Amino acid sequence: MKRWLTLPIILIVLGLLQWGCTALLLEGPIRQGPYYYQILVLAGINIILAVSLNLTNGVAGQFSIGHAGFFAIGAYIAACISVYGGPGFHAALGMGSAQDGALLLIAIACGALAAALAGLLVGIPSLRLRGDYLAIVTLGFGEIIRVLILNIDAVGAARGFTGIPKLSNFFWVFAGVAIAILVLHNLARSGYGRALLSIREDEIAAQAMGIPITRYKVMAFVISAAFAGLAGGLFGHFTMYLHTNSFTFVKSFEIIIMIALGGLGSLPGAVLGAAVITVLPELFREFSEYRMVIYSLALILIMIFRPQGLLGRAGLLGRGGRGK
Amino acid sequence: MRFSSHIGTLGLAALIFGTGLTACNKKADSPNEILIGEYGSLTGGTATFGQSTHKGVSMAVEEINAAGGILGRKIKVITEDDQGKPEEAQTVVTKLISKDRVSAILGEVASSNSLAAAPVCQQNRIPMVTPASTNPKVTQIGDYVFRICFIDPFQGLVMAKFTFNSLKMKKVAILRDIKSDYSMGLADFFKQNFMAMGGEIVSDESYSQGDKDFNAQLTSIKGKNPEAVFVPGYYTEVGLIARQARKLGITGPLMGGDGWDSDKLWEIGGEALNGCFFSNHYSVNDPSPAIQNFVSVFRTKYGGETPDAMAALGYDAAKVLFDAIRRAGSDKPDSVRMALTQVQGYSGVTGSITLNENRDAVKPAVVLEVKDGKFAFKETVAP
Repeated sequence: MKRWLTLPIILIVLGLLQWGCTALLLEGPIRQGPYYYQILVLAGINIILAVSLNLTNGVAGQFSIGHAGFFAIGAYIAACISVYGGPGFHAALGMGSAQDGALLLIAIACGALAAALAGLLVGIPSLRLRGDYLAIVTLGFGEIIRVLILNIDAVGAARGFTGIPKLSNFFWVFAGVAIAILVLHNLARSGYGRALLSIREDEIAAQAMGIPITRYKVMAFVISAAFAGLAGGLFGHFTMYLHTNSFTFVKSFEIIIMIALGGLGSLPGAVLGAAVITVLPELFREFSEYRMVIYSLALILIMIFRPQGLLGRAGLLGRGGRGK
Repeated sequence: MRFSSHIGTLGLAALIFGTGLTACNKKADSPNEILIGEYGSLTGGTATFGQSTHKGVSMAVEEINAAGGILGRKIKVITEDDQGKPEEAQTVVTKLISKDRVSAILGEVASSNSLAAAPVCQQNRIPMVTPASTNPKVTQIGDYVFRICFIDPFQGLVMAKFTFNSLKMKKVAILRDIKSDYSMGLADFFKQNFMAMGGEIVSDESYSQGDKDFNAQLTSIKGKNPEAVFVPGYYTEVGLIARQARKLGITGPLMGGDGWDSDKLWEIGGEALNGCFFSNHYSVNDPSPAIQNFVSVFRTKYGGETPDAMAALGYDAAKVLFDAIRRAGSDKPDSVRMALTQVQGYSGVTGSITLNENRDAVKPAVVLEVKDGKFAFKETVAP
């Protein structure tokens, strides 16, 4: 099959699924449909976050714990575009679902771009650092973003950002998932990806082989931030409300848990990890107050019996796709 | 083939949702029960709010069921934890409405979580009663969203009445936190109402949250010789302001809103705060029999724990909702909503509650006096 056909086919399949979801879950016979739909979409957003963080933390081996910061930038910038630019956009081009889609695309593109820019700004100075130091810088960055947002009145400050149109849905979120997976999969298997792997395994050896390690690390960081921004744009337009409580460092750690659970460096692992982390706490709702205890226990048990993560380092094409 | 492996990954994820989500599918409607949903932060950073509210709600449910329920049916409250996260609040409310088919929703304390979940209630036409979200935007989401606490600026009116009628003071200065909506709202409402009553605002100064030195503003205030100073800020700055004001020789009382309500206030301000007043939702020291009865039942039920404002508001929210269901004669969401719009003078623990045309509560507030590190009940001020 021709490679360029992959994305269009996925989009058509997603279009059909969206139609199916609306018919079955939202307006259809399945009683708890809207609840499942909500979880499905939030899981999709978490998958984008996990696969993007997997590029820096898993493939390139740079321990970043500020992913929620990029997520927040994408969410707030995209929401600003549609809240402040939306009325003008609709006045010029009219109302309709095609216009809504176009507005969403513009908004999330701006969100992703802004997050990438922030990634560049943070990445250039901080990626010269290693290990713990990088972790501290990224953690600090995530918190700075959150505190900044708390003080910007135009995005609601501590009250939260209300009035965001509901433009995003299953289709857009999973189109984002498909694009993120395709891009990151191909990236990891390219020469560039191999260079990142070599940086993860041994920086000095990689440098000795002529790989400009800082530049490569910054690139990985920027791409990863851009996808986090994309996820943010989709998130804000789905929940219709943004508050900084959604973007604390706890969120960053949640994303790290997703990729660690799935298998650090493994793309299917990141997808699986994000799905598990989103669905598991919902499954345990039956246990009410013991829910989070059981959830934590489940995570501990998984990590004891599968310390390499659920899928180890498996690539998209089965086991041992790369790495050791 | 490349393509099939991508599909494989997506399929894997789909499989997990499939197995995961069908597993938690049970429970059916019970004709003998009225189902009410409650959501709150039982875990997470604001867990004390959620847990207190939940205790208040549980107590109200137990009482009503012990008395035979409503319309001959028992009340069943399904409580879900949102971990204090807005998106999680939206998810659990979606769950309560679509899976459990509740007739009405109680929650949340934090305005951020209420704002995320209220659109879901509005869209599904399920009435939602928030016990303690004070952000005015919450009830502006739509006509299915109600609140039984007063909104922030209302405390400005309460303190204006208290100053003018009870303290009989006519010349007041204001020192407001220019960075906080809360403080600005209180200050504006105070000023407007106090002047309408015939009082005089001799000086209106401001500071920014985080400031440490207030001497410039206080010196200017002292020059105008006010009888009292209205400082509707948060306890950190208020404590410092009190100390510096006393040092400069400002002797009149300082006054504020529920942003003062913290043990830290006394730690920071100390002696300087004696004789100062602030407004709050409710006080355990209020001598009214309804409150004392509530406090003693709560203490017996929860091992000596003293109910805080969240518990009292949770209790009242549940009671107001039950009363609405009783008056509606049905648990149909639309009938319950109609009944909620007609809440008139419901006497709850936190005072007599009337819902106005904006679905916000109009109710009295209590004024507390700071006395040697304790907040003593001073009086109740009706709206």
